[in-house]
Parts: sequence; structure tokens; C-alpha cells
Amino acid sequence: MKRSTVHGWLLLLPAFVLLALFTHWPVVGTIWDSFHATPKGSRPAPWVGLENYRVMAADEVFWRSLWNNLWYALGTVPISIALAILMALWVNSAMRGRTWLRMAFFTPTILPMIAVANIWLFFYTPQYGLLEQFTRLFGIAGRNWLGSPDTALACVTIVAIWKEAGFFMIFYLAALQSIPPSLAEAAAIEGASRTYYFRRVVFPLLMPTTLFVMINAVINSVRLVDHIFVMTRGGPNNATSLLLFHVYQVGFNFWDTGYAAALTIVLLVVLAAIAIGQFVFLDKRVHYQ
Amino acid sequence: MRRLETLAAWILGLLWILPLAYAFWTAFHPGEFSTRFQLLAPLTLDNFRRAWEAAPFARYFLNSFMLVTMVLSAQLVLCTLAGYAFARFDFPGKEIAFVLVLVQLMIMPDVLIVENYRTMARLGILDSIPAIGLPYMASAFGIFLLRQTFKTVPRELDEAARVEGATALQVLWKVYVPLARPVYLAFGLVSVSYHWNNFLWPLIVTNSVTSRPVTVGLQVFSSGDQGIDWSIITAATVMTSAPLLVAFLLFQRQFVQSFMRAGIR
Repeated sequence: MKRSTVHGWLLLLPAFVLLALFTHWPVVGTIWDSFHATPKGSRPAPWVGLENYRVMAADEVFWRSLWNNLWYALGTVPISIALAILMALWVNSAMRGRTWLRMAFFTPTILPMIAVANIWLFFYTPQYGLLEQFTRLFGIAGRNWLGSPDTALACVTIVAIWKEAGFFMIFYLAALQSIPPSLAEAAAIEGASRTYYFRRVVFPLLMPTTLFVMINAVINSVRLVDHIFVMTRGGPNNATSLLLFHVYQVGFNFWDTGYAAALTIVLLVVLAAIAIGQFVFLDKRVHYQ
Repeated sequence: MRRLETLAAWILGLLWILPLAYAFWTAFHPGEFSTRFQLLAPLTLDNFRRAWEAAPFARYFLNSFMLVTMVLSAQLVLCTLAGYAFARFDFPGKEIAFVLVLVQLMIMPDVLIVENYRTMARLGILDSIPAIGLPYMASAFGIFLLRQTFKTVPRELDEAARVEGATALQVLWKVYVPLARPVYLAFGLVSVSYHWNNFLWPLIVTNSVTSRPVTVGLQVFSSGDQGIDWSIITAATVMTSAPLLVAFLLFQRQFVQSFMRAGIR
């Protein structure tokens, strides 16, 4: 065997062992376990075929979580991207106080979600919460924002947008800084309006960044559930239960690990679909990259 | 028009900082001022003292600190070695191995909680700090980042060192690692903030004071039923965020650049 072969694999070995143990094997194990009942005691779990999936099809909380998660994604992804672009444009312009603005926008990124969820919880609290005090000025007080199934999901979605937008902003900022200033000058000479310049020049040039950010935002909409634990615990009436949160409840509150494995498969399928989508898109290289 | 835009930007900026500002207000004032905003309300550190005494936060901080250190040092070693292998060695199976690494970029340990919990149970290390860190140590993100960086190192430097008789590991240590310093800083900052803030997996795998990181500790504390008041919870919240927040305010530029560098591949 060639020396570089031995060396290459030896260098790879430690990382690979851990990857195999905590990423590859769990994926296989999830598939395997999803076809088995939850083990009781020390007896091995019996094969149940598609039973877990049949339970899933009849599980109203699962369907609710799936829809919630879809709305959660549809809320967080486009809004946080739009805000991120806006923030980046502002911070990148010659605006007064832009250093301060950059800090203000970026700060939520580095705060623990679980900690800020506590703050937001108080913000939404009925009667003496900050939001309630504010809306009272307009005479529409008396709402229980997190306690009502109509508004709870929107409330947790807003928290996620607040957390993410500043993070995405910095990628747009980097992209904006790489656009040659001569383009803006040329557009100005041609008499193009700022809106026109943004729409026809800047936005298309940001396309690769948008794609990258979008993939991250979609993954985050699957992964970002920490604040649910503090703010609503999936309630009221499962109005804010998201898929990963449902997996947690089934797996670690009800200890039904067989069914939790089947639910995890749904997450894995979603993530695999994103990966394949990304692969197809990146193959086309979007534009200009 | 420009004025209006500046105004809009400032309003959004204020809105963005508002939750944090509010947390600071509540944490540093006596309870009766948590919903009343008076300029001359007396300042106090009492909330912090009571939060600190109400739960073993000192231990939680120590746990988080150990967790973050352990994960980062393991990541640095593992990812450096693997990144080097992918960047500068030719061996059969390299392509497949690389794809297998990239799988983790999409399927993060965060979603494999059920199976990883079983693995930890089998290994008999539930409720320990290594159990929190292990799934994250071989970071695909770190491997990818370092591979990209190592690839930009000129081959001539590598060969010059080899001619002088350096082994592969010596070349890595003397040539590649020093040149990748900014990337290590970037990766380090991202990793530390990620693991300091991580919640779901630590919540699942720990259940005692001796292994809980601050995020889980805060959650246990604030969801307790002893009727704790808001000022104390907010003080605890500010406390858990403080280390990263202070670091961020001191090294703003490095933070922003690091997150930027880490994202653009």
C-alpha cells in the first residue's frame, strides 16, 4: 500500500470514528428503530413493520407540528432574509451610527436562545408585559399573546426572526462589500434610480448569498426550537409544537423511542431533500459565482 | 428620503436591542420597577445576588466552561488532522469519505437526539460533560473550513519543508497551522458561542447539577415552581449571556468577521 494512503487514512481516522459513531450510525439506527417497537426492560424490541408510521399518520399532534413547522419556515425564511438584506444595505451605506446599528442587529446572534426566550416571554406576558403596556396606549389591550392559539405561533416566529436576521445580515454585508463601486457610479451616471440599481444590479449579484442564507434559514427552521421550551412548551393546544419539539416530547417525555425514531425519519427526509435541492441548485451555479 | 431611511434604520436598531435593554433594566432595578420606567429608579445588584444564591450557578458556569473547552480542543485537533488529509493527501476512498463528512453539515447531531441518547446510555456516560460534547467533536464544518484553508497554502512551502526532512505532521504543525491562524480564530469563536448557547441536547443528556451547562441550568431555574419573581429570572438571564456578550462588545470586529469568514466557503 502506498504511504500517502496509510497517512491519509490515519489522519482521517479519529474524526471518522466519531462521525461514524454519532452521525452515520444514528442515521442507520433511526431507520432500523423506526420499524421496531419501543424496547421494554432488557428485552430486545420486536419488529413491528410500518406500525410506527401508521401511528404517525393517525397522530394529530404530528400533523399539527408538521403544519406549524411549515408556517414557521414560511414566516422565518423570507422575512429574516428580507430584513437581513435591508440591514446590510443600511449598515453598508454612509449612514450615521452604522457601527452602532451593526452591533444592535448582530447582538441577538450571540445570545443564548434559551436566555432571550425568557425576556421575550415577559415581553408577551398578559396584563403587565411590555407588549401589553404598549398596545394599551391604543386601547387594544387584554390579549394573551402566547396563550391564544391564534397568535402563539406568530409570537415564537417573531422571536426566531429577531434571532436570525442579524446573523444573515453579515453574509449580505460581505457580499455587498465585494461589489465594485464602479457599478454604482456607472448606474448613477446613467441616471438609474436607487431602487432600479438595487433591483437590476445589486439583488442579482446577491443571488449566491441568498441561496446560501436560504438553505441555512430552512435548516434553522427545523432546528431552532429552544425558545418553545421556555415560552409555550408546544401549547396552547399544540399551536406551537414544531417537529423537533414533538420528537423531544415523544422520545423524552413519553419515552416512546420507537415512535420518536419514526418521527426523526421525517426530519431526516426533510433535511435530505434540502441537501439534494442545494446540490441541484449549486450545480447550476446560480449566477455570477 | 435619506433622512427618513436613517430614521427607519434607527427605529429597527432600537427595536432589535430593546429586549436586551429591557432585560438589563429589570435585572438592575428592584422588582417593583420591572414594569415601571422611571429615570431615577434606584439601581441594585440584589437580583443577581439572589439569583446566584437560588441555584448553583457557579457550578453551571464551570460545567459550561469545561464543555466549551473540551469540545473546542477536540475539534481543533480532529478537524486539523482530517482537513489536512483531505487537502494534501491522495488516497483511495477520499471522495466518498469527504461526502460522508459533508453529511453532517445537513444532518446535525441536533436532530439525532433519540439515537445519540441510546448510544450514550450504552456507553454508560449519560449525565456527564463528555456526553454533551462527543457528538459535536468531529465537526464537518471545521473539517471543511480547514480543508479549504489548507488548500490555499502554496505547495512550495510544503515541499521546502519536506526537503529539509520534516515529517508530514511536522509540516502540518510548522507550515499549515500557523498560516491558518485567522481561520482557527473564526472557527473558535463560532464554536464557543454555539456550544455555550446549545440547549436541547444538553437538556436531554444531563440531569444533575454536576453536568448541566448554564443554558439548562437557567431553564431548570426559571421553570421552577417556587414562584420566583421576574427580576431574579432576568438577572439570571443576563448572567448566562454575559460572558459572550462582554466578549462580543470587546471584540466586535473579530466576532463579525469570524462569523462572516466561517459562513463563506
